[in-house]
Amino acid sequence: MDIQSFFQNLINAMQWGSFYALIALGYTLVYGVLLLINFAHGDIFMVGAYIGFFVATFLLGSYAFHLPMILSPNVVFVLTLLITMILTAGVGVTLERVAYRPLRRRGAGRLYIVITALMAGLILENGNLALLGASRRAFPDLIEKVVYTIGGVTFTNVKIIVILAALGVFFLLETIVRKTKIGMAMRAISYDRVAVPLMGIPIDTVIVFTFILGSSMAALAGVLFVSAYPVLEPYMGAMIGWKAFIAAVVGGIGEIRGAFIGGFVLGFIEIFVAAVFPSTFRDLIAFGILLLFLSIKPTGIFGVARAQKI
Amino acid sequence: MQRHLALMLYIAICGLIVFLVKAEWINAYIQIVIMFIGINIMLSSSLNLVNGYMGEFSCGHAGFMAVGAYVTSILNMWFFTKGNLFGDALFSPSLSVILFPVTLLIGGACAALIGLLVAIPSFKTRGDYLAIITLAVNYIIKSAIENIQTIGGARGFMGMRKVVNAMSDTVPLPWLMIWILVFTGLTVVVLHRFVSSTFGKGVVAVRDDEIAAEIMSVNTQRMKLIAFMLSSGLAGIAGGLFAHVLGYINPGSFTIMKSTEIMVMVYLGGMGSLSGSVMSAILFTVLMEFLRPLQLFKWVLIPLLLIILMMFRPEGIMGHRELPDMFPKLRRLFPSREV
Repeated sequence: MDIQSFFQNLINAMQWGSFYALIALGYTLVYGVLLLINFAHGDIFMVGAYIGFFVATFLLGSYAFHLPMILSPNVVFVLTLLITMILTAGVGVTLERVAYRPLRRRGAGRLYIVITALMAGLILENGNLALLGASRRAFPDLIEKVVYTIGGVTFTNVKIIVILAALGVFFLLETIVRKTKIGMAMRAISYDRVAVPLMGIPIDTVIVFTFILGSSMAALAGVLFVSAYPVLEPYMGAMIGWKAFIAAVVGGIGEIRGAFIGGFVLGFIEIFVAAVFPSTFRDLIAFGILLLFLSIKPTGIFGVARAQKI
Repeated sequence: MQRHLALMLYIAICGLIVFLVKAEWINAYIQIVIMFIGINIMLSSSLNLVNGYMGEFSCGHAGFMAVGAYVTSILNMWFFTKGNLFGDALFSPSLSVILFPVTLLIGGACAALIGLLVAIPSFKTRGDYLAIITLAVNYIIKSAIENIQTIGGARGFMGMRKVVNAMSDTVPLPWLMIWILVFTGLTVVVLHRFVSSTFGKGVVAVRDDEIAAEIMSVNTQRMKLIAFMLSSGLAGIAGGLFAHVLGYINPGSFTIMKSTEIMVMVYLGGMGSLSGSVMSAILFTVLMEFLRPLQLFKWVLIPLLLIILMMFRPEGIMGHRELPDMFPKLRRLFPSREV
């Protein structure tokens, strides 16, 4: 591989890594607080992309209802991002309220909540398929694609936006979790579930906040993803969701840094495997590396093995 | 006589089914449903050993099924049919009656060996991380099959129907149905004997408290190894039968979706309840057939049912109990389960 295609692949890997990282965040945030693997998260990403599609086409005036003024595509893009993030956060919170909270209140085992999450994901996928049909939809071009070429390496402005958004989100979340009061509460809950409510911390509010953060990041990833690859289908979230989950585990689930590093590591592995070997080997080698890695260091890159009390 | 009452009852039911099929009193559709019930019983009760009795969260059961399905199909095609892949048949097709169960067992053995991929990491990891490993193994198997072009790759592998026909041409009996009934019975008996033996109680001990089990001289590593290999081996046999019922397999049949389906059956029936797994496999298969007119909404309704079940009866239909625990009179039928 010459240096030129190396940098080309590097940028592609950064973009894929950003998607994985943004979705992996949702897994890791919820896991950090609730010790729950929210298997429906990949489908929240899909729901985010669909909501983004409907918001964008609505704002562009594709339906019977027209907005009084014509918005420029860039304004539409920003508005779509914001509205989609809010609406998808609503979906995430609803899921928590309807499916997870009743189980938590009853003190059901973790496994039951995990199964509920898995089933909720299936409902979102297949409900979408049943209601909207199997036809693929094309996301409208909101950002005018500009292709830059530096030293033979080409990249679009969408890729830059994706990578910058992922980095921005990383710093934002690190700040929220490390510096603010609610972030402190989130860390406290993951540290001791029993003592925290006794200290007067509203545990439900913190959990809802966690779901808002995770779901809106998934929505962000969804809209950015369909901006880069403008095809929507009901099962788009399944594969990328599982992979993002793997990224979260590789990084050490429950750690925000871990989700980011894991996402980028997975992105790099996948893109470079596809660059060297036939692209059908991508999953095989990526998952093989994962298996090897987890056999050697089962807690992930940043994970800390918890001492088990006897 | 009393000891083998349950076995005799099962043989009588199987005999009745085979007779009905032979006399063509039940149509092909119901035959297929019965075959799928058998296969699903094998799958759900074998997964129950790991997910229920051992308390792990294995979500890649379809992967082992795929290994069994492919190995068995390839062996059968190689042995008994003339194709452009393997050339002439190795044995005369009439031998297929005898050798078919052997190929099934070889398929199961290969699946059990692949089960080592999960069993060995399980010595160090538990819970969520092990769940990922099972998931990864499922993807690896599927992706590996997709990349072997000689067995069809992503296009799939077909022709198993010829083997089934060769069997019934030799001796005119519904052989596939017979083998499914035999292996279903065998699976349930093996698992029942295993988990109610003194040795097999170690599996439950690992679930309840691994460290305490280790202190009480349970060899936890060996226990995990056996549980994973037994479970994946039985899934492999089920996969081999599945391939021959359909006559066509492709890697897309063995995805996470299929694994999820098996998990649904396990949790519907109740973790750590063999009779629950059997019942839920029957219930689930019949339910799927009844809901067929709903088409896509079927896959909305079934998860919804499971969510409601998790809310109101999270332990599944049976919980940790077996049928004789609920109806003590049945204990006569299952005398081996002494408390």
